[in-house]
Amino acid sequence: MTLIVENLSKEFEQRDVHSPALVSINLEVQDKEFTCVLGPSGCGKTTLLRIIAGLEKPTSGKVIIGGEIVTEPTPRLAMIFQDYSLFPWRTVLDNIAFGLEMKGIDETERHRVASHYLDLIGLCGFGKNYPYELSGGMRQRVAVARALAIDPSVLLMDEPFGALDAQTRNMLQKQLLEIWEKTQKTILFVTHSVDEAVFMADRIVVLTSRPGTVKEVVKIDLPRPRDRTSLDFASVRRYVLGLIDEQLPIQ
Amino acid sequence: MQMPPDNQPWWHRIQSKPVLLKIALPIIIIISWIVLSALIDNEFILPSIASVLLVLSKPFADILGSGSLVGNALVSLGRVLIGFFVAAVLAIPLGISMARNNKVHDFFDSTIQVFRPIPPLAWVPLALAWFRIGLLSMVFIIAIGAFFPILLNTLDGVKSIKKTWIEAAHTLGAKERQVLTNVILPGAAPTIWTGLRVGFGIAWMCVVAAEMMPGTNSGIGYLIITSYNWGQVQVIIAGIIVIGIIGLGIDYLFKVVERKKFMWRELDR
Repeated sequence: MTLIVENLSKEFEQRDVHSPALVSINLEVQDKEFTCVLGPSGCGKTTLLRIIAGLEKPTSGKVIIGGEIVTEPTPRLAMIFQDYSLFPWRTVLDNIAFGLEMKGIDETERHRVASHYLDLIGLCGFGKNYPYELSGGMRQRVAVARALAIDPSVLLMDEPFGALDAQTRNMLQKQLLEIWEKTQKTILFVTHSVDEAVFMADRIVVLTSRPGTVKEVVKIDLPRPRDRTSLDFASVRRYVLGLIDEQLPIQ
Repeated sequence: MQMPPDNQPWWHRIQSKPVLLKIALPIIIIISWIVLSALIDNEFILPSIASVLLVLSKPFADILGSGSLVGNALVSLGRVLIGFFVAAVLAIPLGISMARNNKVHDFFDSTIQVFRPIPPLAWVPLALAWFRIGLLSMVFIIAIGAFFPILLNTLDGVKSIKKTWIEAAHTLGAKERQVLTNVILPGAAPTIWTGLRVGFGIAWMCVVAAEMMPGTNSGIGYLIITSYNWGQVQVIIAGIIVIGIIGLGIDYLFKVVERKKFMWRELDR
């Protein structure tokens, strides 16, 4: 399902001072595409994702998914947060089954579906554990499974690996790509890491620093699986890094 | 680890063993009691341990025509449960709405701040004037005592819920009502439980005092005040011990549930 962001702007108001956070963002994410939104801290990329998820209202412009305007959270768009936000009082399996439970699906069926996604993220055998018994990387995988279980059209991911150490991060990037290939989901992935964006994305939407606007959309044609040490990778990486550096004030 | 040598002074040996340290003060109190009661030698001021134990050893025996220790304790417990239940039914929904809605919060907050510091027993004369002597006025006082800790903990618990839990639930398709029952209630449950525990403790203190109101004719508080009128100090002390044991037992039950059900609060980082 195609996701369209049309002329979207967001202003924050603090003590009668209007400060623009996002200015006329236009974006189109194609079905099954992996898109990264890349930008320096504070450029409003998280705000953009939250507006797309329906968690915040834009000041002007709109978000359209499958021909319908998004005004509130919808199960078509599943959000994955940086802090995992798993429910600590639920077991891993019941966390994954949460969305199905809200839909009123009976326990046997939702546990069957949840077990399938538990397998997919490689954590079968952990269904009866509680989130606090899992490492950060495992918890984030559970959050991915929980989002996938409601069968959304688009996965929105807000710096999902930002709180993890480098090795876990690399491993999860690879796993996410495998899951993406298996499930054929559209993914919109917010990150501030150039390396992560070049490794993962079909296209990178580079935002300027605050107020955020689309600076350039870079198509990444590198073959998958990508090799971080290859020359091609390095040159794409250098190019994208250049886009980010240009806009940072010289200190 | 090295064991402390035998020639250490006794207070060092006590300090090195937590169990000894924990029972040291009760032993000191009991010894002082034995010594003092022997010195005073007056059952109307400080009865001997033996006479108190004699009362405690017959918990089902009638005392001064006022019923038994256990019977009166059960009456008190029943009253506490009613008052406590009333308080919980009012305080939990109010606390949730106040935490979720600023207008509700502002509407109630100032009034609550004024009423909160009033000790429940200050309501006794009013309770008597409004509801006469009887169950209703006792329930009223107990409910006032239990209400505020439950309310404040509920407020706190709901406010401390992570915003992303609620947002995650919304994006997973939960409606407002489902968010309430599946995220807010379980998320705030450990703190609400703490409020119930504290509230029950206060309710238990209130019932004993409420039963000392003139005209009451049952309950552990009544038994104590009657024993005072008859000069039966050993029954007073036995009654106090029963109050303490029941309070401790219920607090323990609350803690057991807390450890079993709400372990995630401590372990979730």
